[in-house]
Amino acid sequence: MIEIKVRLKRKHFELDASLQLTQRVSAIYGPSGSGKSTLLSIIAGITRPDSGRIVIDDECLFDHEQRINKPIHQRRIGLVFQDGRLFPHLTVEHNLCYALHFTPVQKQQFKLEQIVKLLEIGLLLKQRPHQLSGGEKQRVALGRALLSSPRLLMLDEPLASLDDRLKSQILPFLKLVADEIKIPMIYISHSKQEIMQITDNLIDIRFGKVSA
Amino acid sequence: MLDILRFTPAELAILGLSLKVALFCVALILVPAIMVAWVLARKSFFGKTLLDSLVHLPLVLPPVVPGFLLLLLLGNQGLIGKYLHNIFGISLAFTWMGAVVASAVMAFPLMVRSARLAISQVDRGLEIAAQSLGANPIKVFFTITLPLAMPGIITGLILAFSRSLGEFGATITFVGNIENETRTLPLAIYSYTQIPDGDLPALRLVILSMALALGALMISDKLERKANQKIGRDHV
Repeated sequence: MIEIKVRLKRKHFELDASLQLTQRVSAIYGPSGSGKSTLLSIIAGITRPDSGRIVIDDECLFDHEQRINKPIHQRRIGLVFQDGRLFPHLTVEHNLCYALHFTPVQKQQFKLEQIVKLLEIGLLLKQRPHQLSGGEKQRVALGRALLSSPRLLMLDEPLASLDDRLKSQILPFLKLVADEIKIPMIYISHSKQEIMQITDNLIDIRFGKVSA
Repeated sequence: MLDILRFTPAELAILGLSLKVALFCVALILVPAIMVAWVLARKSFFGKTLLDSLVHLPLVLPPVVPGFLLLLLLGNQGLIGKYLHNIFGISLAFTWMGAVVASAVMAFPLMVRSARLAISQVDRGLEIAAQSLGANPIKVFFTITLPLAMPGIITGLILAFSRSLGEFGATITFVGNIENETRTLPLAIYSYTQIPDGDLPALRLVILSMALALGALMISDKLERKANQKIGRDHV
C-alpha cells in the first residue's frame, strides 16, 4: 500500500496530490504539464515537496513534519524513464547488473538470466547502448530497474519516444511485467489507450491536482 | 646534420628535471582539481563565485605575482614555510619540489577548467538513474560521472602537464634558476640566451621543447580518442 499526500508550489505551477494506492498496478493519466512527472520525481526522491508525507508499505520515505527525507538511493524505487538513460560507457550486461553491486544477495529478487529470458534481451548482452534500437533500449532499462529489486516500479512515459510499431513490440513486455512480476507498479502516461492495455486502475491528474 | 639531435648528458639532465617537475605537478593537482571541478560543476553555494575566481587567478595574473606570493608564504622565512622548515625540515624555496609547487599553482586552473566542463556535460539524468538503482553519491561519482568525464579530464591533464613544462615566471621567482635543481627547459633556454655564443645551445633546447610539446599533444589526442571510445562516443 502506498500513501502519498504532498504539496509543492512553484512559480507557475502547484501540485496537490493525495493518493492511496491499494492495487498493485496503477496508472496515472493526464495531459502534458499536468504534473505527472513532478509527482513521480517527488515519490522517487528527486524533487523535494514543500510539505506532506510519503509512506510505502509502512515505511516512511518522506515526512515534512518529522523531517524525514530518504535519499534516492535508499528508497528502492525502480525507475524507467522516457529516454531510457542507459549508461553509455557500459555494455548492456553491465547496465543490467549495475544495481546488483548495491543490493545484498538475500534481497535480490531476480537473477540476471531470469530477466534476460523474460525480456528476450539475451542477444544484446555484449552490445553498447548506442547500438540498440529505441525499443531494445527500453527493454534493457526495464530489466535494469527490475534487477535492483525495487519495492515499487515507476515508469514515466516509457513508450513516448517510440513509434507505433515499436510501441506494439514493447507493450506485451510491459504487460508481462505488470502481470507476472509481483512488484507494485505505477505507470505514467498521457495516452489512455496505452494505459488500458496495462491496467484499468486509472488515476486522473489535472492542473496539478490529483486524489484517489 | 643530424648531429644536432645527439643530446649531451647535461641537456638530457635538463629534460629529465623538467619531466620530473611536470609529472609531480600533475600528480599533485589531479585529485584536488577534480574535486574542485566537481564542486564548481555540480553544487551551488555561497561564495562559489569567489572560489571560482580564486582558482582562475593564476591564469590572469602575471606569473611573477604567484611566484612572489609563494615566496612570501612558503619561503624558508615565509608564513607557512618557516614551520615546514623548522618542524618538518622541508624546504621548498630553491628546490625542485618548490618548482613543482610553483607549476602546480599555475597549472591548477587549466586542469579545473577542463574537468569542470567535462563534468558539467555529464547528463544528470544518468546520475539520477544510477542513484535510483541504489548507488550512493560517491559510488555514482566513481562509476558514472568520472568515467563519462574522462576525455575532458585527460585533456586537462595534458594541458596541466604542458603548462608545467613551460612554467617560467612563477618558478624563477620562487625557486630561482639553479642548475640541476630548478633549471627546467625554459629556464635553461633563457639562461643560454643571456650568455655570448649561447644561441646554438638554446636552439638545441628549443628543438627538445618542441618535440616534447608535439609528443604530449599526440599522446593526448590518442588517449582522448580511446577514452571517447570507452564511453561509447566512437560512433560520433
